[in-house]
Amino acid sequence: MKRRQITIDGNEAAAHVAYRASEVIAIYPITPSSGMGELSDAWSAKGIQNIFGTVPVVAEMQSEGGAAGAVHGALQTGALTTTFTASQGLLLMIPNMFKIAGELTPAVFHVSARTIATHALSIFGDHSDVMATRSTGFAMLASGSVQETLDNAVIAHAATLATRVPFVHFFDGFRTSHEVSKIVEVLDEDIRAMINMDKVVAHRQRALSPESPVLRGSAQNPDVFFQARETCNKYYDVAPGIVQEMMDRWAKISGRQYHLFDYVGAPDAEKVIVLMGSGAEAAHECVEKLVAEGAKVGMIKVRLYRPFSAAHFIAALPKTTRNIAVLDRTKEPGATGDPLYLDCVTALSEHFSFGGNGMPGMPRVIGGRYGLSSKEFTPAMVKAVFDELDQAAPKRRFTVGIKDDVTNLSLDFDPSFSTEEAGVVRAVFYGLGADGTVGANKNSIKIIGEETDNYAQGFFVYDSKKSGSMTVSHLRFGNKPIRSTYLISKADFVACHQNQFIEKMDMLDIARPGATFLLNSPAGPDEVWATLPKEVQEALIAKQIKFYVIDAYSVARDANLGGRINTIMQTCFFAISGVLPRDEAIEQIKKAIKKTYGAKGDKIVQMNFAGVDATLAALHEVKVPAQVTSKTFRPPLVAAEAPDYVQNVVAPIIAGKGDDIPVSAMCEDGTFPTDTARWEKRCIAQDIPIWDPEVCIQCGKCALVCPHASIRMNVYEGKHLAGAPETFQSAEARGKEFKGLQFTIQVAPEDCTGCGMCVDVCPAKNKANTSRKAINMEPLAEHRMPERDNYSFFLDLPEYDRSALKVDSVKGSQFLLPLFEYSGACAGCGETPYVKLVSQLFGDRALIANATGCSSIYGGNLPTTPWARNRDGRGPAWANSLFEDNAEFGMGYRLCLDRQSAFARELVEKLGERIGGDLAGELLNAEQQDEAAIAAQRKRVEALKQKLAGATDVDAVNLLSVADMLVRRSVWIMGGDGWAYDIGFGGLDHVLASGRNVNVLVMDTEVYSNTGGQMSKATPIGAVAKFAAAGKPTRKKDLGMIAMSYGNVYVASVAMGANDNHTVKAFVEAESYDGPSIILAYAHCIAHGINMTTGLKNQQAAVNCGHWPLYRYDPRRHAQNKNPLQLDSPAPKIPVTEYTNMENRYRMLMKSDPERGKMLMQRAQEQINANRKLYEELAREPQAETTN
Amino acid sequence: MDLSTNYLGLDLKNPLVAGASPLSREVATVRELEDAGVAAVVMYSLFEEQIEHDATMHDHFIEFGADSFAEALSYVPQQVGFPRGPDEYLDHIAKLKAAVDIPIIASLNGTSRGGWIKHAALMEEAGADALELNLYYVAADADVSARDIEERYIDVVREVKRSLRIPVAVKLGAHFSAFANFARQLDHAGADGLVLFNRFYQPDIDLENLDIIPDLRLSAPHEMRLPLRWIAILDPLLECSLAATTGIYTSFDVLKMMLVGADVTMLVATLLRNGVGAVGFILEGMREWMEDHEYASLQQMQGSMNQLTCPNPVAFERGNYMRELHAYRPNI
Repeated sequence: MKRRQITIDGNEAAAHVAYRASEVIAIYPITPSSGMGELSDAWSAKGIQNIFGTVPVVAEMQSEGGAAGAVHGALQTGALTTTFTASQGLLLMIPNMFKIAGELTPAVFHVSARTIATHALSIFGDHSDVMATRSTGFAMLASGSVQETLDNAVIAHAATLATRVPFVHFFDGFRTSHEVSKIVEVLDEDIRAMINMDKVVAHRQRALSPESPVLRGSAQNPDVFFQARETCNKYYDVAPGIVQEMMDRWAKISGRQYHLFDYVGAPDAEKVIVLMGSGAEAAHECVEKLVAEGAKVGMIKVRLYRPFSAAHFIAALPKTTRNIAVLDRTKEPGATGDPLYLDCVTALSEHFSFGGNGMPGMPRVIGGRYGLSSKEFTPAMVKAVFDELDQAAPKRRFTVGIKDDVTNLSLDFDPSFSTEEAGVVRAVFYGLGADGTVGANKNSIKIIGEETDNYAQGFFVYDSKKSGSMTVSHLRFGNKPIRSTYLISKADFVACHQNQFIEKMDMLDIARPGATFLLNSPAGPDEVWATLPKEVQEALIAKQIKFYVIDAYSVARDANLGGRINTIMQTCFFAISGVLPRDEAIEQIKKAIKKTYGAKGDKIVQMNFAGVDATLAALHEVKVPAQVTSKTFRPPLVAAEAPDYVQNVVAPIIAGKGDDIPVSAMCEDGTFPTDTARWEKRCIAQDIPIWDPEVCIQCGKCALVCPHASIRMNVYEGKHLAGAPETFQSAEARGKEFKGLQFTIQVAPEDCTGCGMCVDVCPAKNKANTSRKAINMEPLAEHRMPERDNYSFFLDLPEYDRSALKVDSVKGSQFLLPLFEYSGACAGCGETPYVKLVSQLFGDRALIANATGCSSIYGGNLPTTPWARNRDGRGPAWANSLFEDNAEFGMGYRLCLDRQSAFARELVEKLGERIGGDLAGELLNAEQQDEAAIAAQRKRVEALKQKLAGATDVDAVNLLSVADMLVRRSVWIMGGDGWAYDIGFGGLDHVLASGRNVNVLVMDTEVYSNTGGQMSKATPIGAVAKFAAAGKPTRKKDLGMIAMSYGNVYVASVAMGANDNHTVKAFVEAESYDGPSIILAYAHCIAHGINMTTGLKNQQAAVNCGHWPLYRYDPRRHAQNKNPLQLDSPAPKIPVTEYTNMENRYRMLMKSDPERGKMLMQRAQEQINANRKLYEELAREPQAETTN
Repeated sequence: MDLSTNYLGLDLKNPLVAGASPLSREVATVRELEDAGVAAVVMYSLFEEQIEHDATMHDHFIEFGADSFAEALSYVPQQVGFPRGPDEYLDHIAKLKAAVDIPIIASLNGTSRGGWIKHAALMEEAGADALELNLYYVAADADVSARDIEERYIDVVREVKRSLRIPVAVKLGAHFSAFANFARQLDHAGADGLVLFNRFYQPDIDLENLDIIPDLRLSAPHEMRLPLRWIAILDPLLECSLAATTGIYTSFDVLKMMLVGADVTMLVATLLRNGVGAVGFILEGMREWMEDHEYASLQQMQGSMNQLTCPNPVAFERGNYMRELHAYRPNI
């Protein structure tokens, strides 16, 4: 049967085969492997059958550890089982991997290989995860391209059954998992032809069964364990040969021949490099070019890394080999070499030690590292490695792709060396996440890939920020298969879909001479030239670039497409690039629109058609003048007064030049300064809030809810207004405690994301025009400059004395300086207002343990981070350990604080006389119950330090080093519901049970937000989420109830949008409680399918319907003979459907399957009613005891 | 007692029709209505604008935030269902047709000419016995004249009639300057019946929050006077059927409407307020009154008090209004 050419990404390639060859799939979402599980779930839900004619079951577990356990169990009971994972997820599977391999169980784990977190987390690709599983006994099969991923997936599933050795099939995270490529499909019959049914039956026959009971997992002792462990050797001995047989069989079916080690290059090569994964494709390009130029070079692509067949490896090497460089995409500090290098050296050494023949002598072998965390790996770098092999004394250990100016391991390379051939169209598109650029480009690849004979490749680079994020699409088309596993550096076509990027990015540096540049700009063809910075004009002239302009937003508006300019810019690309004849391209675009949007309704299709039809008339070529006329340069990315580190390290990262930063500029232990977000002025808002002091009632709600701390308030003496900018606004402060003072609400115009939540929450309406409030959204362009000056002036105003504020109120808390500002969270984020509140109330003495997830990304992703410092230099100290261990990590903080503060007290007592009796006594007896008392204690500690300054005796040195522990510190353990309800629940439970004084903040979005909306145990009944596409059938876990069951845990359930004062009060109470506290905070989220501007109204509705009750459980009330539980929200006022109708996550089901939707909503209402009854009962005050 | 009537060419066992309301969303409720004695059911309206809005909103929320951040390239499952648009409604017509024997009248509110025609044809195909065009439009655009609006409506009716075999009723509001003239134009354009009158959404003000409160109140009994008057006026002028809706609660209300010339009365508020059981009371009341007043059939009385046949024709016109107003004295 003819096999079609398809355009898919690596994840889909692997998942396609895994799904077809499996009965059970147990997974847990982790980037970049999540797509494989999601696709499998989608196929299973659609009833798509595997090659055995049945529909596989897909189960989402609570962690990768859980997924591996489920895989193990399914395997033991005879199912053909697979899983998908990466990075830390794979590490969590290791214990089961040992078991699965130890029991000689056929299975395939498909791994989109990703960096393991060390000094920092990285979601990107390298082999550090798979290399950590080397000793498990799993076979390891590497793929370097999307086609190889598809092919090797089949080979792995066939080989595992044939060998009984379980397989890790891996391919590079993002580079391969997310690369969209045109490949040849695999048919079910192809897979069937590879899977030996006898082996399938044998696997089932080995299963645990009461019909023929056996026991596995016994405990063995020194007498027999060793011998039993050696029984598996024979399986591993024959495994490489069997894998090669499978590869040969696959060649007969598919026409694509693989070997355990594939050699590419000159038959008489003297220099050979060895590597595996996607880097091998870049090396392949380089080798072909060098060989064509007459060089005697070659390379080996390692396919089967474990079991490593030394014989096959040696056989693959040309006999003429003199020098070998082995390249590892991982780092094993302290080892004599990285793993692949060691394997190759061992193989060669053994070969020659035991009379090896075929080659004149042992080649010289050097080992290098490349591509950690998806670092670019290009043919130019490969060339540098070959050049190094020419050296008389090459670096035995080296790195390539970076500048190592500390240990000088890096090789220099010539970036101008390129293998990018003519005949390939290379196009780069700079878009905004929200404008649909990536989606349109994926469509373009499909159009070109499937409608022409061209090969096509697409790769997409995303931003580290979740709001206003930039996407860069790299597309290649050509008449030969494309091996270029690196970003485009010589583009034929560059498109800037957002005019504002012109000011920020040097995007023409990758344009080749004579390239085409397309700009989306509101300026017409005659005006646009004057809007360009000098650097852009220079590049356009120097490179003789053809320049086109379109006002795509205007076209989109006219076609009712809103901000979606994707089809418009896509039409421009086809019209200009000539990849397809124009009319044919437009026909194909329309076909693609119909295919993409057809299911969404005719209206949407027609709107997009209208956009396409109007595009050509609005597209203009711009005549590029011969001379540069602009006087203005691109503005600096950070202000001149920014600290050196920000100038030298942060600014280049912002500019997209982070690859150029040398090793010496980076901190050795992962430490990164806080307070850097303030320097990155992103200016991503279209509209910003502008204050109207006449209308304002000074309630502070706008400042409280601002997710980005970009609207602030202050009270100050009028004298400080001297020198204020002309447009700076102030009003007489309201409230008797602020009598005689001035009050200001000020926006940070360049940091605001324009979400509008502040305006939505503002309760004060203009009496003359009720559509206006005390703050109103107005265009940034009009207000940017004056408000920037105003904000700068505002920041210099003195802060109000925090010890004099009523901080447990909304208004009082909002005079406190936010120490969490301008994060990269989504515009309108529901989590960050809570995080910011913690930073305001306790930030100057807070230690934060942050679970991996949204909050660790917007809190700790480079280039700039939002955790800040106050004027004294104090601020939250923040760290992220892992996803699964955050509660324990935070408890570690507490254990240290408890121990060291006790030690400090012991030393104060011991050194009491030297310190001075009064000071020592005050230090020991300070209760530090409020801001004023804490400030007083800080002063005492300073006095103590002065007293002991210069002392050299052990006690004094010890005391000086732990003296700060005498000031009360606040431990905050933060994370999302994925952590608290699922993967970290066991640890969280233990920490709550410990009785230690920690504060846990669970920002509950009721779904895995960071990885794209997978169901968690916090997901409510009836909500649609990934792995719950038909609506979650079971109720949300009541985490608060579980915590309350301990009796000594402070528990609060809050929703800022429903009752902001309650929220502030709960935070203050939780922190003041000398024991474990947990706050469950309802956080609306982009994953809910809501209008983020009005997310607080969703919170209100969640409370009003009883879905999210507000309560506080304070164990201290026991002592007052009061019920510790206070139910703070009234009885439900609205039916649950009034709330769920506001959110697309619920509405989707009501639209797609109304019967089921209604049934689940009825159940939800019943559960709410029962829950309310239960809580009311629990919150009932104890009856006064009757006395007689 | 012969309570039978003819509406839009459909022979009905009595003049009680369940008007367009959420009651028709459940098959079981429609069965109950049939059992209680209603002669036909008008389904809830299919709003083309709502379908388009749902589709656009659904698309917006699926796309919102997608392809922006490397870890979350989407936020909804791939297999998520899309709003089924008109399909759900069409399926429901078929379900109701299969469940009951009484006629099922589909109801449509379109926005575009193409939409009206396309959806009307689909409803016919799905088995509807008749179609009610729900001309629900608030003429708030100062640039659009009364003539423009009337012409648009007439065009819609003409085109829908042209493409359908089943009868078509037109439900409209009372806010037309020359209502009799417009009604006759609709009649001439082919409308098989008029349903008088539509109720418009009338928002209220929240004084505390200075906000608009969306509100749709059920009709009150006194509101039946408006259709009563216009049916009386139109009955002698038009060929097409007339259905009275708004404020019909009791058997007396139904009888009055029959007297002025209505062919059927649409019940909504009373069914929502008093339940399906109200139908039995109304039918019983009608029979009792007709027996007491020696009517043998409904046809006998239908139109016997329209503007042509009533004892005081001017009573339905404006002069009388002025007199009544002047005569009004509040109870102090």
